[in-house]
Amino acid sequence: MPDTVGTVDTPTPHGPGTAAPAGRPAAPPSAFSARSLITRLPAALRKLDPRTMVRRPVMFTVLVGSVVTTLACAADPSVFSVAVTACLWATVVFANLAEAVAEGRGRAQADALRRARTETTARLLRDGAETTVPATRLVPGDLVVCEAGDVIPGDGDVVEGVASVDESAVTGESAPVIRESGGDRSAVTGGTAVLSDRVVVRITAEPGATFLDRMIALVEGARRQKTPNEIALDALLASLTIVFLLAVVTLQPFAVWAGGPQTLTVLVALLVCLIPTTIGALLSAIGIAGMDRLVRRNVLAMSGRAVEAAGNITTLLLDKTGTITHGNRRAHDLVPVAGVDRADLAAAARLSSLADTTPEGRSVVELCGGAGGAAEAAAEAVPFSAETRMSGMDLPGGRSVRKGAATAVEAWVRRGGGAPAPDAAAVVDRISGEGGTPLLVAESGPEGARVLGVVHLKDVVKDGLRERFDRLRAMGIRTVMVTGDNPRTAAAIAAEAGVDDVLAEATPQDKLDLIRRAQEGGDMVAMTGDGTNDAPALAQADVGVAMNSGTTAAKEAGNMVDLDSDPTKLIEIVEIGKQLLITRGALTTFSIANDVAKYFAIVPAMFAAIPGYGGLAALNVMGLASAQSAILSAVVFNAVVIVLLIPLALRGVRYRPMPAAALLRRNLLVYGLGGLAAPFIGIKLIDLVVALIPGMA
Amino acid sequence: MSDTVAGLLQIALLTSVLAAVYAPFGDYLARVLTGGRHLRAEHALYRLCGVDPDTEQRWPVYLRSVLVFSLLSVLVLYTLQRVQPWLPLNQGRAPLDPDQAWNTAVSFVANTNWQSYSGEAAMGHLTQMAGLAVQNFLSAAVGLAVAIAFVRGLLRGRTDLLGNFWVDLTRSVVRVLLPLSVIGGLALVAGGVVQNLAAPTEYATVAGGAQTLPGGPVASQEVIKELGTNGGGFYNANSAHPFEGPAAWVSLFQILLILLIPVCLTRAYGTLVERSGAGTRRHGYAVLAAMGVVFALSLAATTAAEVHAQGAATQAAGAAMEGKEVRFGTWLSALFATATTGTSTGAVNAFHDSFTPFGGGVVMLNMLLGEVTPGGVGSGLYGMLVLALLAVFLGGLMIGRTPEYLGKRIGPREVKLVSLYVLTTPALVLTGTGIAMALPSTPDSMANADVRPHGFSEVMYAFASAANNNGSAFAGLSADTYVFNTGLGLAMILGRLLPIVFVLTLAGALAAQRPAPATAGTLPTHTALFTTMVVATTLVITGLTFFPALALGPIAEGLN
Repeated sequence: MPDTVGTVDTPTPHGPGTAAPAGRPAAPPSAFSARSLITRLPAALRKLDPRTMVRRPVMFTVLVGSVVTTLACAADPSVFSVAVTACLWATVVFANLAEAVAEGRGRAQADALRRARTETTARLLRDGAETTVPATRLVPGDLVVCEAGDVIPGDGDVVEGVASVDESAVTGESAPVIRESGGDRSAVTGGTAVLSDRVVVRITAEPGATFLDRMIALVEGARRQKTPNEIALDALLASLTIVFLLAVVTLQPFAVWAGGPQTLTVLVALLVCLIPTTIGALLSAIGIAGMDRLVRRNVLAMSGRAVEAAGNITTLLLDKTGTITHGNRRAHDLVPVAGVDRADLAAAARLSSLADTTPEGRSVVELCGGAGGAAEAAAEAVPFSAETRMSGMDLPGGRSVRKGAATAVEAWVRRGGGAPAPDAAAVVDRISGEGGTPLLVAESGPEGARVLGVVHLKDVVKDGLRERFDRLRAMGIRTVMVTGDNPRTAAAIAAEAGVDDVLAEATPQDKLDLIRRAQEGGDMVAMTGDGTNDAPALAQADVGVAMNSGTTAAKEAGNMVDLDSDPTKLIEIVEIGKQLLITRGALTTFSIANDVAKYFAIVPAMFAAIPGYGGLAALNVMGLASAQSAILSAVVFNAVVIVLLIPLALRGVRYRPMPAAALLRRNLLVYGLGGLAAPFIGIKLIDLVVALIPGMA
Repeated sequence: MSDTVAGLLQIALLTSVLAAVYAPFGDYLARVLTGGRHLRAEHALYRLCGVDPDTEQRWPVYLRSVLVFSLLSVLVLYTLQRVQPWLPLNQGRAPLDPDQAWNTAVSFVANTNWQSYSGEAAMGHLTQMAGLAVQNFLSAAVGLAVAIAFVRGLLRGRTDLLGNFWVDLTRSVVRVLLPLSVIGGLALVAGGVVQNLAAPTEYATVAGGAQTLPGGPVASQEVIKELGTNGGGFYNANSAHPFEGPAAWVSLFQILLILLIPVCLTRAYGTLVERSGAGTRRHGYAVLAAMGVVFALSLAATTAAEVHAQGAATQAAGAAMEGKEVRFGTWLSALFATATTGTSTGAVNAFHDSFTPFGGGVVMLNMLLGEVTPGGVGSGLYGMLVLALLAVFLGGLMIGRTPEYLGKRIGPREVKLVSLYVLTTPALVLTGTGIAMALPSTPDSMANADVRPHGFSEVMYAFASAANNNGSAFAGLSADTYVFNTGLGLAMILGRLLPIVFVLTLAGALAAQRPAPATAGTLPTHTALFTTMVVATTLVITGLTFFPALALGPIAEGLN
């Protein structure tokens, strides 16, 4: 039995229906701590390799600047130049530290997963004979036998038998799940353990390319590629870096003309303060942390691109069953026909459902629990069959009760010599119209057959969905309920749940067509699915979340897998995608806005001492102690702000669903105006301290 | 009437006339630039040139047409100047030197109209009319064509066709610039602007001396100089010359001509947006508002700096009057300066070199912002829209979506092109000024080399003006040197054509996209909040780039 992820730091998964409280995805507490900064320091230093740094243009520029000032410093050391050089190196290291800390959080999870991937042996079934081989020798198509106590040796589909499986190694969920051949619950994951029974599994994955292997690679960020938005932002940051590089390089001839040539150290300090180092340092950490936030909610995104796409979703396709309603219809009400006592109806309904072990049947018994006596011992149960579309019970003494589809029960009553009740037909129509399912209850005895009444079965819509859909609407996301129900039933449930649109009597092809149509119109579509039938639609959707309980085909087709198999999580995924982009945008704005204050610190420090340029001292609005302390303070601020913002980068900017304009106004105020003001205060405070260093004041 | 009241009345008059013509003229622009039938004259022209006016061009073809046309124009204009003495009507003026001819040719084709020559002394009437005036029309028309092609790129979906450059060019000239020039030219003549083909007239002055008064086709050139945001004066003194600006209302009328097309083009844009269904008219208003806010800030700053100038001499005069149009006062000079540098015009009715340090700094900043307030004919609109895309990118991220403008996603390719566009002119200004300042010969060209910040401002102003295609000068700089003619020429042609390359490529990228529908989650791009963002982006992105340089020029001078 492998160690479980659940014991490491995977949060308790949300069960279906436990919608996260409004606006705050139930994120686990951040794993960020001051200690992780220190423990990840070696990793950060390893990242100083220029070959890896060159992928981050802004920080690479700082690295080159640091080397330049180090050389300048070696040639002509002073307290000031040593201090500035140290701060520049710190800036680079802090940037690497941000990335290293973000990666470190995934690494802990990867280690736990790796323990699940222990060397196992497989019982290979060939020509009816079992041989024991190492799991690594399995190839797709091989059949293996797994019995209680065995670890499933590789990813595959159950082709024979049914078993309960402990998937906690992958999902962190300790409750066993049923895996059986055929249908949509046939997929098993290598590394999970069979708890009972025996299954034959056909292997579908190459060794080393199993789901577990992919998970490990994903959470480690080993195959991380830049997402489109990261590339776009990098392009902008690179061009800002070029502009500022030009501004600083050309400043020297201007300064020479003015009569105050600047030292290399000061020019590099100015450059590093101006280029967007804050966002440049935190950009990759933000991306890694975004993936990590999904992993913490037990969702595996196959690429960062998918996470980003989640933020852009404009249409959500939600399966009715399991997402909008509690999967099963439940008995909601009893409607007796004229002349029948409600208690008699309840007793008959209960009797006829005792043999019915479906959730619907049990709900009828529950509803009628208090009514009627116990079943008589000699009673003979008539189970439901697709042919009769009825279930019931034959009691001693010739009395029978039946419950089932209206037409079937009516026919049964006629056969027994009775007449269908006209008021029952009206009730049946009414219930159908409301989206419910009517079940007719009837009895027959020596005195003939008669209809007793109707059981109203209803899809129960989960609590809190309406509010959730309202929030989605405010975010500009349209919800479409997909169901196999007839249009009337579907419309009634849709109205109750508050979705925007409904696709009734949906076939997998309809679903695919709907997605294509929406995409033609420029929409971005997200959906969940678990069946093999869903695979084409999952692949077509911009974000396709496959349920872990689903088939291998579905999991291959989607670009995310939800280990908890909770369809409502789609909403959280969208919010995480948005949060990722917002965090990038907010920190970029903050980074650029910071420059204004840095100018007011550095420009007067550089030039106010030149004869004829003394008026520039008026720009020293912060009243910084000296030219050197001003420049040093700006550089220190620039480095320190990176460390201070690491928690924000990892946690993500707080996101509350609201209309775009309100969100923009809020973030502009906080990160735009805040970004303007913060460095004025920060640099001044640092200067108060820096001025105490001998030779600085 | 006090200067203040007069100044405010002038601003109010200008604003109300612009407001009155805004909708009708803007809608007219939208109509003639995007469809309808060809005029008979246009048809004849298309047949003559072998153009099929009903075939649209793919974006690379459109771009190639613009580039080839512009480079051919440079060649023609260069030749005209070099063979000047052998052509009629030129009064035997000598050919221009190669470097000056290159500089002038590039300058007029690039809608810059930087003049390192003295108009009345160097150019013959034919060169003025067939060369310079023709380019005044064509360079403005090219700007309009590129702007309209860019708007098509924004509004169309899933295509690579951006329209037909030759049709856009022809219509801009025939239906927009020519008719307005005729009307405006007549008004100028009525106001006392000179218009003749006569040789210079000799006069005896009251003091008994002899004076030569050069005449010429001034009014006809004057009107397109302003209307096409060109700025190249017939006379060296430009609109400060009494033959170009004989009365205060003529000066105000010229400001109106300068602002007319750039301002009303935002209405045309809004109308086209609404017609396409991608958004509402308010998209045009939002762009205009961003332009207007910066314009108003700049006008207020310049006026305040000029009116409240410090110093004994200026106190005695009531304002900084040296180098100003003494007949019309400081307010009109400030208004003219703001209009001429906020558009890529560069015509002047007072010398910017004579402005107070802060006043001169602000007009320089207007150019450094990329000529978008409201910018040159066409170039102002596409320049501002590119900045709007940049604002959309930053703002869109902050609402958690891949940024979109009018349903078009601002992805990696778009951001790269926007970045390159925004990068171009600052790179040209900084590199040009940097090289110039590093050359030992440069101080010789400065009029104020002893006041070091001011001398520096003169050089930086020249490159800011050239690279942003403005054309006005801190006239203190003697720029007719081999080095400046060549360097500024390069800055002008690159500052014009590189942005066009990027903006048309961007148009191609946008046109190819499938537009996404607007939802409640889409960043609204027609609101006051958005305008604020565009203004902030404009000021912060460009302002930050030039702050250290400006600190060593106008800011240092002003604070001392």
